[in-house]
Amino acid sequence: MWHDLSSEQELLRDTTARFLDDRVPLSRQRKDLRNDPAGFDPGYWTAGAELGWTMLLVGEEDGGGSVSGRGAVDLALIAYEFGRHAAPGPLVDCNVVAAALNGQAGDLQRGVLGEILTGATIASSCLGHAPWQRPGEAGLTIRRDGDDVVIDGTLRPVESAKQAGWFLVTGRGESGMTQVLVPADAPGIAIKGLKALDVTRRFGAVTFDSVRAPASALVGDYGQAGDRVASQIQNAAVILSAEAVGAMDAAFQMTLDWAFDRYTFGRALASYQALKHRFADMKSWLEASHAISDAAAEAVADRTPLAAETASSAKTYIGEQGPELAQDCVQLHGGIGVTYEHDLHFFLRRVSLNRLLYGTPAEHRRLLARIQIEQENAA
Amino acid sequence: MNEDMESVADFRLRAREWIKANLGPIQPWDLDQNCENDEEERRAVARDRALQRKLFDGGFAGICFPGEYGGQGLTLEHNRAFNEELIGHEFPSRFAVPTFSPCAAVLLEFGTPEQKARHIPAILKGEEVWVQMLSEPGGGSDVAGATTAAVRDGDDWILNGSKVWTSRAWWADWGLCLAHTNWNVPKHQGLTVFLLPLHQPGIEIQRIERLNGESEACQEFFSDVRIPDSDRMGEIDAGWTVGTRWMYHERVGHNSPYVSRPVGLTKSASEGPTPVAIARKAGRLDDPAAQDMIGEARALRIVTHALDRRLAAAAASGKGNMDNSSIGRLFRGVASVRQRTIAFDLAGSGAAAWTEEEEEATGAQGMEFLMRQVSCIGGGTTEIARNVVSERVLGMPREASGDRGVAFRDVPRGPKRS
Repeated sequence: MWHDLSSEQELLRDTTARFLDDRVPLSRQRKDLRNDPAGFDPGYWTAGAELGWTMLLVGEEDGGGSVSGRGAVDLALIAYEFGRHAAPGPLVDCNVVAAALNGQAGDLQRGVLGEILTGATIASSCLGHAPWQRPGEAGLTIRRDGDDVVIDGTLRPVESAKQAGWFLVTGRGESGMTQVLVPADAPGIAIKGLKALDVTRRFGAVTFDSVRAPASALVGDYGQAGDRVASQIQNAAVILSAEAVGAMDAAFQMTLDWAFDRYTFGRALASYQALKHRFADMKSWLEASHAISDAAAEAVADRTPLAAETASSAKTYIGEQGPELAQDCVQLHGGIGVTYEHDLHFFLRRVSLNRLLYGTPAEHRRLLARIQIEQENAA
Repeated sequence: MNEDMESVADFRLRAREWIKANLGPIQPWDLDQNCENDEEERRAVARDRALQRKLFDGGFAGICFPGEYGGQGLTLEHNRAFNEELIGHEFPSRFAVPTFSPCAAVLLEFGTPEQKARHIPAILKGEEVWVQMLSEPGGGSDVAGATTAAVRDGDDWILNGSKVWTSRAWWADWGLCLAHTNWNVPKHQGLTVFLLPLHQPGIEIQRIERLNGESEACQEFFSDVRIPDSDRMGEIDAGWTVGTRWMYHERVGHNSPYVSRPVGLTKSASEGPTPVAIARKAGRLDDPAAQDMIGEARALRIVTHALDRRLAAAAASGKGNMDNSSIGRLFRGVASVRQRTIAFDLAGSGAAAWTEEEEEATGAQGMEFLMRQVSCIGGGTTEIARNVVSERVLGMPREASGDRGVAFRDVPRGPKRS
């Protein structure tokens, strides 16, 4: 992580680390929480919200606030601890929605934001399958009908779909990408739970059958949400990347310890050059992942001209190297690495899941290519 | 930072104005430094010397070098600001590596006050270009196993042996040379470093043609070269203390605070065609496979830049392990291999055969591909970097070696077979 954190930032990070150690140790996640509908105890999320988990991307005038003035950087510290602990809870979605509602004037939007900030409600961004993925596939439509909008289609995978109080729905309007805030219990919504790669996370498929929402529930103007969605994807890329780096750190450290402790043919694994060189490669990926994750958080916090490219670089690089590193850790553990009893799979799950959400590595590479081609055409 | 020091923001503005007023656009040969022929190379060298002098007179040479030796006495952040402002402008690239780093950096750490006063201002004024003489024909990565020997003769030393892979020694001025001065102790305890004028009786310099046709690398043969003891750097037989830091500065390479060169994420045309330009030339801009590689190349560039910044910040803060520089060396080597493979793939059959006009756009990608492994060989192989990372960063057991604790003259020197 950053070499120069302020004492306030260290406090923020360490408080969350201690809380996660206490509330969701892997021993609990392995057994008690495995089949829990939410994946965490009642009270866990509201207590986390009090520690600042959902407020960092929201301005002070809207009831949020960061500790350093760079909310994305502070949030990345929390996300790193989430990854290092393989912690449950909709950190990505709640923050993405909170940032999307930041600065919105409507009573509905302000009310929901207030509840996200206290942890009283969970909001899903529904962008796990990013709208620019697989173009041509029939997605969700949001059409106008008088003073209302009418939503039809299915979104999946939606994080915490069955626990969420609100969905920020993104779909195609007649004049472009549109976002609207819908209560999870609105008539016409059907939620089906899905099995998921990560035992600590919960997902569902949400089907909208002529679901009506008033125009006042729109977030941003009808048909004009493209830039807002792009910025939400950047926020998500920062959080997912920092989480993945935390998980990579945990998996790597565990495997490094194993290499020193495990003896075979009368020698520690750590003494074999063939393995030492693999550890060196992994260390270089890990340092590069730290570097690009930090750079993405800073670029997004500071809204630099390179924010989109840096966030997509983090998403694609860590999306590729995170699972590669975790799988190498499994290989270096041998058979024990694929058992449920071992801790390693929690981190393998986390980096593998994060690779897929909010745009796959290939999708982010395509995005990067488009930016490059546009820039060179303009030059 | 002391209070009288100019702020980075003020310095940046001053640098920007000066660069605009004094430096022209970057030239094709500035970054890869490969000229068509020796004639052109000599002209480029003369122009680099003049540019370096211009920087010196303008008060921008040696931003992180101390004022008493003609530098600016500023910080890493000032140098970074200068490097960012330099993007798109000509600069004296032949002074960057290895003159400023590792050579001048090592001089600054280990030179006597007289040596520093003699050479550092001369380097900053563009009068001395330096090379590093480490590798030998008998061994590349095993630097401390150097068999070039210096023997004491009154107030002088007599040098015999050979060094190789010395870039641009044929026109450079001075070299740092690592030699064995004591063969009765283990290899690390019998080395000494010397400062050596390159063009003098007893030194024969040969060019080495590489597979792509260029011949910037040289091999030097030393026959009874006389070196005054005043050109010895560091204590006698303590050359490995110098050598360790020397190789650290080498691994840091272009990211050294002592190196001023344009650094940023916009690829300038003088670095050769971009992946987008190569794909366009090959008619593949709409090909999803090509777009995937363009995106990968861009991400790799941004990640490499972020890692360089992270490692530089850790080194500057003093918190980082010195051997972390090997992480950067390893990553850059592997990333560069991938970048060249992408460029080669994007060029397609255009990299197989090309006209004179297509040389730069597609033809060069074929040649760059053939030379791809250089990024994992030069400056210490990536295999050595992996040893350093695993042993000195991660603390894993050291490899067995046949020369530890053995007097250097008794170290086995193959071949054993037959």
